Amino acid sequence: MQGIDLTINGKKVVAEPGMTILQAARKAGIHIPTLCEHPALPVAGACRVCLVEVEKNPKLLTACSSPVAPGMVIHTHSPRVLEARKAVVELILIRHPLDCFSCPSNGKCELQEVAYELGIRDSSFKEEGDTCNSYALEDANPFYVRDMNKCILCGRCIRACDSLARYHAIDFQNRGIKAMVQPPVGRDLEHSDCTFCGQCVQLCPVGALSEKASAGQGRPWELESVKSTCSYCGVGCELNIQVNRKTGRIANVTTDYQSPTGINEGRCCVKGRFAWQYVHSEDRLTRPLIKENGSFREAGWAEALSVIAGRMNAIKEDFGSDAVGFFSSARCTNEENFLLQRLSREVMGTNNVDHCAHL
Amino acid sequence: MGLYRSHVLVCGGTGCVSSGSQAVLDALKKGLADKGLDKEILVVATGCHGMCEMGPIVVVYPEGTFYCRVTAADVPELVEEHLFKGRIVDRLIYKGEGTVADVPHYTDIPFYKKQHRIALRNCGYINPENIDEYIARDGYVALVKAVTEMTPDDVIETVKESGLRGRGGGGFPTGLKWSFCARSAGDKKYVICNADEGDPGAFMDRSLLEGDPHAIVEGMLLGAYAMGASEGYVYCRAEYPLAIRRLKRTIEQATEYGFLGDNILGTDFSFHLHIKEGAGAFVCGEETALMASIEGQRGMPRPRPPFPANKGLWGKPTNINNVETWANVASIIRNGGAWYAALGTEKSKGTKVFALTGKVNHTGLVEVPMGTTIREIVFEIGGGILNGKKFKAVQIGGPSGGCLTEEHLDIPISYESLSQVGAIMGSGGLVVMDEDNCMVDVAKFFLEFTQAESCGKCPPCREGTKKMLDILGRIVAGKGTPEDLDSLQYLGTMIKETSLCGLGQTAPNPVLTTLRYFRDEYEAHINEKRCPAGACVELARYVIDAKKCIGCTKCAKVCPVGAISGTVKQPHVIDQDKCIKCGACAEACPVKAIDRR
Amino acid sequence: MKGLGETFGSGAMTNDFKSIKEADVLFVVGSNTTETHPVIGSWIKERKADGAKLIVCDPRKIELAKYADVYIRHNSGSDVALVNGMMHVILRDNLHNAAFIDERVENFEALRKVVEEYTPEKTSEITGVPAELIEAAARTYAAGPNSAIFYTMGITQHQSGTDNVRSLANLALLCGMLGRPGTGVNPLRGQNNVQGACDMGALPNVFTGYQKVENADVRSRMSGLWKCGELPAAPGLTLVKMMEAAGTGDLKCLYIMGENPMVTDPDTNHVRHALENLEFLVVQDIFLTETAQLADVVLPAACWAEKEGTYTNTTRTVQRVRKAVEAPGEARSDWEILTDLANRLGAAWEFKSASEVFDAIAACTPSYAGMSHERLDEGPLSWPCPAVDHPGTPNLHVGRFSRPNGKATFVPCEWKEPHEWPDEEFPFLATTGRILYHYHSGSMSRRSAPGEFVRELFIEINPKDAEALHVEEDAMIRVTSRRGSVSGKAKITDRVPPKMVFLPFHFAEAGANVLTAAVIDPDSETPAYKINAVKVETA
Repeated sequence: MQGIDLTINGKKVVAEPGMTILQAARKAGIHIPTLCEHPALPVAGACRVCLVEVEKNPKLLTACSSPVAPGMVIHTHSPRVLEARKAVVELILIRHPLDCFSCPSNGKCELQEVAYELGIRDSSFKEEGDTCNSYALEDANPFYVRDMNKCILCGRCIRACDSLARYHAIDFQNRGIKAMVQPPVGRDLEHSDCTFCGQCVQLCPVGALSEKASAGQGRPWELESVKSTCSYCGVGCELNIQVNRKTGRIANVTTDYQSPTGINEGRCCVKGRFAWQYVHSEDRLTRPLIKENGSFREAGWAEALSVIAGRMNAIKEDFGSDAVGFFSSARCTNEENFLLQRLSREVMGTNNVDHCAHL
Repeated sequence: MGLYRSHVLVCGGTGCVSSGSQAVLDALKKGLADKGLDKEILVVATGCHGMCEMGPIVVVYPEGTFYCRVTAADVPELVEEHLFKGRIVDRLIYKGEGTVADVPHYTDIPFYKKQHRIALRNCGYINPENIDEYIARDGYVALVKAVTEMTPDDVIETVKESGLRGRGGGGFPTGLKWSFCARSAGDKKYVICNADEGDPGAFMDRSLLEGDPHAIVEGMLLGAYAMGASEGYVYCRAEYPLAIRRLKRTIEQATEYGFLGDNILGTDFSFHLHIKEGAGAFVCGEETALMASIEGQRGMPRPRPPFPANKGLWGKPTNINNVETWANVASIIRNGGAWYAALGTEKSKGTKVFALTGKVNHTGLVEVPMGTTIREIVFEIGGGILNGKKFKAVQIGGPSGGCLTEEHLDIPISYESLSQVGAIMGSGGLVVMDEDNCMVDVAKFFLEFTQAESCGKCPPCREGTKKMLDILGRIVAGKGTPEDLDSLQYLGTMIKETSLCGLGQTAPNPVLTTLRYFRDEYEAHINEKRCPAGACVELARYVIDAKKCIGCTKCAKVCPVGAISGTVKQPHVIDQDKCIKCGACAEACPVKAIDRR
Repeated sequence: MKGLGETFGSGAMTNDFKSIKEADVLFVVGSNTTETHPVIGSWIKERKADGAKLIVCDPRKIELAKYADVYIRHNSGSDVALVNGMMHVILRDNLHNAAFIDERVENFEALRKVVEEYTPEKTSEITGVPAELIEAAARTYAAGPNSAIFYTMGITQHQSGTDNVRSLANLALLCGMLGRPGTGVNPLRGQNNVQGACDMGALPNVFTGYQKVENADVRSRMSGLWKCGELPAAPGLTLVKMMEAAGTGDLKCLYIMGENPMVTDPDTNHVRHALENLEFLVVQDIFLTETAQLADVVLPAACWAEKEGTYTNTTRTVQRVRKAVEAPGEARSDWEILTDLANRLGAAWEFKSASEVFDAIAACTPSYAGMSHERLDEGPLSWPCPAVDHPGTPNLHVGRFSRPNGKATFVPCEWKEPHEWPDEEFPFLATTGRILYHYHSGSMSRRSAPGEFVRELFIEINPKDAEALHVEEDAMIRVTSRRGSVSGKAKITDRVPPKMVFLPFHFAEAGANVLTAAVIDPDSETPAYKINAVKVETA
């Protein structure tokens, strides 16, 4: 394929055919700020933050949606671009609450980053009473909280629902200044088509959507990401477990839409993303239990294992190997299943081993 | 069609229907039948004649007698005198303005004299529900000519030659647009008629759809043939039920006559046309939002490229033109590109339909050649300003257009000339304003409309127009500051620069043009807390002229808030802090001593 | 598993996920994909939106039915007849892939003979589906060009489950819909590592990689690798048979790792009796489950986020599981517990890590031979992956089937009446299954956010039946089978056809499996969860 020659900020860049200006710039290591754009989502061109100047073009163009053309001369940070970009971000900030201090997205908020990059402390257009506080916090479901006061209407959640979850549970409703993201015709989220896969939560660039169980569990910079595989259904989605090392606890579970190894391409369901709290459940078993006179008592490992070894050996001796059976588990790892069948066959001498394959 | 000695055309356009033309029609039919004249005189319900303010309109042919403001009660006289005895009923004919004498004949009326009707040529002449009447006026001749004598490229070349440009507002050369779609590869292509007329006060598309729907269908057929499209949609707002009904009827008839459907006129060309009713969102007039709406999604614009010509409806190459554009096509193909190009200015060819409204004597639809001046439209065709007041401005191009002043009256109208002075052609709204209109208030009115209709997708349009509106609200309430004008200017410039679609990119126009041409009015609101036109309620002040006041106490008695004080037979005074500007005192004053300032 | 193994020579899902994106026709049968495999469901919907055709067959009007080009609501238990009917139409109209059959499939004539009987009219009678729909489904599937079949427990959890699978395999072979991207017969495995547990030989008749215990060469190779004495040759008891043997007292001791048969197995009352009848029961789990409460010794295990290892997903893809947090208290990884116990029972295992255990797997399992934790850390691998430089195998049966002669075979099946059918006393049909928000016995999902969202058992019932029973939404209703009775809140919906109720089985305190019978498919020993004659009353 023939490359397309461009000039971005005076630098010669070769782009691939079909690329957008944004993609070409990223490939060349040139940063253009964005808000509504996400590589996993269809282009919207909504937020106007990625506007760039292309010579011979009277209008500024959104880098996210404009395809490259041979010989384009692009300026991503010219005075005209910076003025427009600043104006756009300040317009967004008119109504956006600046309570970053207590916001769950502090540290990963893309609006915060763009404003910082442009040197904006607050909107110069803002007047008294402009900060949006008219929407009540929506937290009726156990999965995530919606704070529509913080919504910047970038539409990433809508596109995530449409193109990744494939539900279209939400869309823009109303017009003008009253425009907002909602399930259609006045239904609440809990009675909509939403299946709480939470992909919108992860893709929200600001703090309008936040995971309930993660509240107070750690700031983004405190978390360590551990790549693993989901333990629910047979799809085997790649998940990133975000661990707060200070507390030793999981803060939340995310996915990576750009992961080269994720067979799920970043997609997931409500269980993969939101059903992890059991790990820290109070009623986890923490010590071996031995039943005596109909009730359990805690025991050490040595005692418990020697009781088991003794009883199993005795039964094998008295009734033969086939009086013993093993149930393995489709929820345990390969390694564990492998060892259990070896325990059955090699150590106890019986093929009485099976698992719940058919349930 | 049978032979009749006389045709009585009763306007069935929306304006005349609302002023009672249906009753006139019924009375005429009954009256003629009673007299036994129904075999020799045919009564026809036509589309809009354009001069809506004079409705209901009745025109009698072959004489071309133009009767206006006809009521059912006038019908017996009309039947008896004109249709039976052949005597024109003088009291019902059009009365000229000022120096112009009574004008009985259609073509002599100044309103029509200056017009040049191509798109509107059949509106008011034919029964739009009868395909035979359309055919009798050379209908479908262009289609036959195209599919039998012309290649698709010939059709495109003819449209290019005509210089026709998009009449929906953008003014993009139609032939060029068609050639993009024709060149675009695709197993299926669509043509769309944008009939989502949403500008307040605009009704040219509606009148065309209601008055000559076959012309639009024929135009679309020609476009489909030229571009290789097999399917089309008319996206019409649901608030136009008559237009939709007539379109449906048109499609039925055209299908029955073999002009629509498979193998049209026995050729390989097939075209199927559907009607999609829109829910009346202004932004759906934007072509990408319109396509989203047809696809069943929320009507919101998306960035271009990709352009519809490459990836349009359902991802297929698509061409969208508005109603008026389509309505011109058949005439162009029939008469040739050069014929059309002979009209107009160097870069803006042909004619344009305007909806003339506001403080003008003859409101209505007018079609004039490009290059006509605003003065000609307002003062000659429109008959000047209502009640002899002073002309102040025209808002041209709808809510996204701009306000122009007296100094622009002699500009020949073209896409270029209008954009040079900060306005746009738009779809052809032309609102005339007189000395009583406050230009700040006018700008605010249009901005309120665009803000309410903003789809909310991009921040400049959503947040920026709201902020401008906040500032305008302050100014008309007398709470503005001089800095507000800079803010308006800056916001307006930035919104134009950064918005996603045409709605946002043009929304600040009314504010920016009034700021440019009527800055003194803004300054009066801010610096003197005064509305020069006296239109802004919150700035109005009622003052008693002590010289005129006779101390009758009537004003003090009617004042609901007790703001007026004074002793009997002495001049009274209004306490401005208490006054709520209701105006009751001024009405009550027997000697007109109370002024609103 | 068994059905596919017999016809193709391998029982696993034939194609990978990417293959969905290349299918022109998606045939989803007995799978409520958007709830049980939501991510696959999203791909199916995406593919449909991008222009593929979708055929959905399910007695319940599942979400995918909304999007289907052909939606077939057939009688429960009539799958074999339905698929035979489709094949009848395909053969009648000459829509089959004769070249593919000639080259790659045996036993065609036998199939032709069996499906000859299944005219659309006869099929319609058995399935309750209008003949036109059967014809439409057949033509759509055969037209392809690439048609892929997806099924889940709605196909397998029947007495005739294996025949159901065989029939689908026959259909795919008949139209040559195998061995290419976008085609295949794809059983979507319900649990995260059900494929892996089978691959690892947690089955009574095979070692790892489906190497038969009856084969002396295999046994001697294994004992050599494991440095142990003679290994048992006779296939052992299946789970359901072990439960029976426990009930009769033939089985004395059961060691259960990470399973909760008190909730997930059929006929809960029978399971309780069997487990209580054991002399010694060990349960190794993360919670004190309903089953663990019956144990003599309970061992605390580390959970998913607390251990290293691998899972093998439904497309035979092996992926790493990694330790993110410490296990609570003294809980230990299952592999550590098992190693410790084995050594106390006389073995001499020296595993120091899950990675070393995996190396032992690779050493004795040809299809895993090329894998290691180290390689898997780079990215997933699909088996067969026989060598360290082998890239893995996303699509099976390309050019050659896994049977010894490289050919597949038709295994024609006749439709048989289900084991149990509604009658006067038990006029309803109850079917059990999963819902989106919960997983299996619910011990994990119910302790997490979804547990607050769907707290308790609900029972789907058709509006007509609800009206007849004077039942309103959320009213308590009781469902009773010959084996037991369970109560839950009525959810009135036309997702279920009249005279059918659906019960999710995730709720131990209202266990749907009280109703189900330990009737199993004789070929695969899978319980017939999907058909139970019940009566429904207000509770």
